[in-house]
Amino acid sequence: MIVELTVNGEPRVATVPGSVSLLTVLRDELALPGSKNACEQGECGSCSVLFDGELVCACLVMAADCDGSDVVTVEGIGTDEHLHPVQQAMLDAGAVQCGFCTPGFVVAAARLIETNPTPDAGDIREALAGNVCRCTGYGAILRALESLAKGAS
Amino acid sequence: MTGTTVKVPVRGGVGESTMRPDGIPKVTGNFAFASDLYADGMLWGATRRSPVAHGRIRRVDIGAALAMPGVVAVLTQADTAGRRTFGLEEADQPVLAAGAVRFWGEPIAVVAAHDPDTARRAAAAIGVDIEELPPLSDPEVAVEQGSVVRHIRIRRGEPDASGAVVVEGYYEVGQQDQAPLGTEAGLAIPDGEGGVDLWAVSQWLHADHEQIHLSLGVAPDQVRCHPVGVGGAFGSREDMSMHIHLCMLALRTGRPVKMVYDRAESFTGHVHRHPARMWYRHEANEDGALVKVEAKIILDGGAYASTTSAVIANAAYFAVGPYRVDNVSVDGYGARTNNPPAGAMRGFGAVQACFGHESQMDRLAARLEMDPLELRRRNALGSGDPNATTGQIIEGSLPTVRVIDELAAIPVPDPADPADVRNRPGGTGLTTDPGDIRRGIGYALSIKNLAFSEAFDDSCEASVILTPMGAEVRTAACEVGQGLAMVCQQIARTALGLNHVAVVFTDTSEIGSAGSTSASRQTQMTGGAVLKACEELRDRILTEHGGDDLTDDGVVRGGEVVATLAELCASGPIEHRVVFRHPETFSTDENGQGAPHADFAVAAHRAVVDVDPELGLVRVVRVDTAQDVGTALNPMSIRGQIEGGIMQGLGLAVMEELVLDEGRMLNANFTDYLLPTFADAPDVECRLVEEPGLWGPFGAKGVGEPPTISSTPAVVAAIRDATGLELIRAPVRPEHIVLP
Ligand code: FES
Ligand code: FES
Repeated sequence: MIVELTVNGEPRVATVPGSVSLLTVLRDELALPGSKNACEQGECGSCSVLFDGELVCACLVMAADCDGSDVVTVEGIGTDEHLHPVQQAMLDAGAVQCGFCTPGFVVAAARLIETNPTPDAGDIREALAGNVCRCTGYGAILRALESLAKGAS
Repeated sequence: MTGTTVKVPVRGGVGESTMRPDGIPKVTGNFAFASDLYADGMLWGATRRSPVAHGRIRRVDIGAALAMPGVVAVLTQADTAGRRTFGLEEADQPVLAAGAVRFWGEPIAVVAAHDPDTARRAAAAIGVDIEELPPLSDPEVAVEQGSVVRHIRIRRGEPDASGAVVVEGYYEVGQQDQAPLGTEAGLAIPDGEGGVDLWAVSQWLHADHEQIHLSLGVAPDQVRCHPVGVGGAFGSREDMSMHIHLCMLALRTGRPVKMVYDRAESFTGHVHRHPARMWYRHEANEDGALVKVEAKIILDGGAYASTTSAVIANAAYFAVGPYRVDNVSVDGYGARTNNPPAGAMRGFGAVQACFGHESQMDRLAARLEMDPLELRRRNALGSGDPNATTGQIIEGSLPTVRVIDELAAIPVPDPADPADVRNRPGGTGLTTDPGDIRRGIGYALSIKNLAFSEAFDDSCEASVILTPMGAEVRTAACEVGQGLAMVCQQIARTALGLNHVAVVFTDTSEIGSAGSTSASRQTQMTGGAVLKACEELRDRILTEHGGDDLTDDGVVRGGEVVATLAELCASGPIEHRVVFRHPETFSTDENGQGAPHADFAVAAHRAVVDVDPELGLVRVVRVDTAQDVGTALNPMSIRGQIEGGIMQGLGLAVMEELVLDEGRMLNANFTDYLLPTFADAPDVECRLVEEPGLWGPFGAKGVGEPPTISSTPAVVAAIRDATGLELIRAPVRPEHIVLP
């Protein structure tokens, strides 16, 4: 099937079997490998994207449901030259190790900060509980977002 | 050129919490992991695996798979041109099984096809006729039958020594998976001349290279293993997975071939932590002084050797923990069964033994009615003491007493505010009366060897190149996420006195082995090689130019620049290449006595838990720690290792376990294999205890493994404290609390 969607502000078209996921469309058809595949079961959040403004696991969205949708991936959050504040905060706090979880955390945290610019520790833990990080133990990610919230308050 | 210069200290040198050089591409999604690689015209690979844990292969029929449109090649063991087996310590594992299958999920055939879906369907279409045999799935039965990879026997002191107080215990540790977030992935590209280039997740490129060229039956220089983005490792990439398969497919098809395991295949495609059964007997005097420790430890190594011989050695050599005891008897067995192969995972044998010896120390403290930390302090092993098991005199720093005292100085938190339901065990789902929640506190200590042991020639090559821009460090070490590039950069900046340092990870053809990214060793080994290379290069240049300092401006003599970097490099970049080795280690004798280890680190953990006794739910409130780090080269990065390591220890304490049924994995996915999430993350305070080590760069010690070792027994001890239960097994499950 042909899927027409907007990704990071650009109109894109993909020709895919209707049974594949949005994650496969992004990674394999649209050459946007920033979103990661670590479980394909909605358990880890490595594939987090904004889908019509909502935070979703791209591995759980069928390509067939994407026609006409607006998708923002990690590639649309910031660039190497112009980092999003969440990206800068994560770097400053040492919240990146292997980096495989990082794109998903960046998307989920950017969404959190957008909806609640001054989250407390409980809000941060709750908002990011769907994203698994195997390396950091989450402490540095928490400190990154707490420092961002402090700067905003 | 001449000119005066003012000495400005380098920025981002040793001791600072600098930024990772790979940080920006990782936060923007531009960092290329192995699973992100792409080559024009590439095919996709898939693996056909054994559906049984043990059996005789009667027939493998590849006809139907080969006939499928889009399938380019189907390979079996008959297509292995060279050595048909591989393995890190013993080449006993078939590249592709033929004749027999020895574990559930063992690879039998591989496919290359135009797209991943076709490859997967073709793999499933391969006819595999297997006569199923009863699997040997109980490691105790395996040991009885003599199915053992290695038996370590330790006898030290007087077997008849006895103490006034005796405690005995039996303990078990379940099988943990490394669960690195990136699954196994790789891309092999044929070079058109019979050779192949491979980009696949790894912890040790040169060990892969050696095994690959032997199995392909090609010359060593026809295989090049390249560094690639690795999404975490924790031991799971020390053994190869798809590496030889990819190269075979690329050479057969003459096209690039990519493979990515999905999560279920990742669980079967890499080795896991050894599950353990342990029997302990401690004897002590009334004052708490340990008199004798006896232990029997059985680790289940699964179907193939992998690193079992080194893992069981660690479990046996650290069976007592960081304590002084004169009389020790340990028998450690690495069993061979038909369970999935076990191998390296962070902590490497010391994790299992630590759960045993620390559970015993708590029992002994309870029997003596002594404070658990005080008992440990009284028996603490220190520099100059003989290690209780091997008798090896600890030559470097070993601040066991200091880690205990630093830990004890961290304030114990107040009870949780019961008003915030998110802080209760089970979170908002808790149904228990908050007043029934019980708090517990537990302690544990650990000791771990650093770098390779037992007479292994642990060498590490690195090179530094001076250019007009600054310096470039080159190494084939694997950065798997731990921050090696950053620490090498810091060491080079400080050692050279230059600000501009780039770290380049190279392939196996360009430089010699850096050894494995394991055993907490790369900061000490590759870091040590980088330091040596930089110091020697600096000396060489200063000697040649009669300088007394090197700066970004060039060689300085008496405050004046006598040669700029550009002038130094007038006839090309200046390279200096070194091989670094740590102090020699030795094999032990028939009683396990000798000096098998190069260096040691200790750590202490204190866990605070809240337990809901009705539902058996546990919330780990805090895990505090004091860790022996030698010298802290990058405090922020060390904290990251500590917090991440504690989370893996917490996972093993309360949730993570691969469940097997007669060798079959029942929970090979992230829905059923539980990983700690943000909601499970305890607060952590860490104190870095700095007593410079013997030979690491600037006195540094490896820091990666200790956080994972004693955090598990500390959490379980805290649950025991909260519930009064014995809890002899990690992980502790709700039923162990509700229905003990
Ligand atoms: S890959 Fe989508 S949630 Fe894990
Ligand atoms: S940084 Fe490796 S999984 Fe989060």
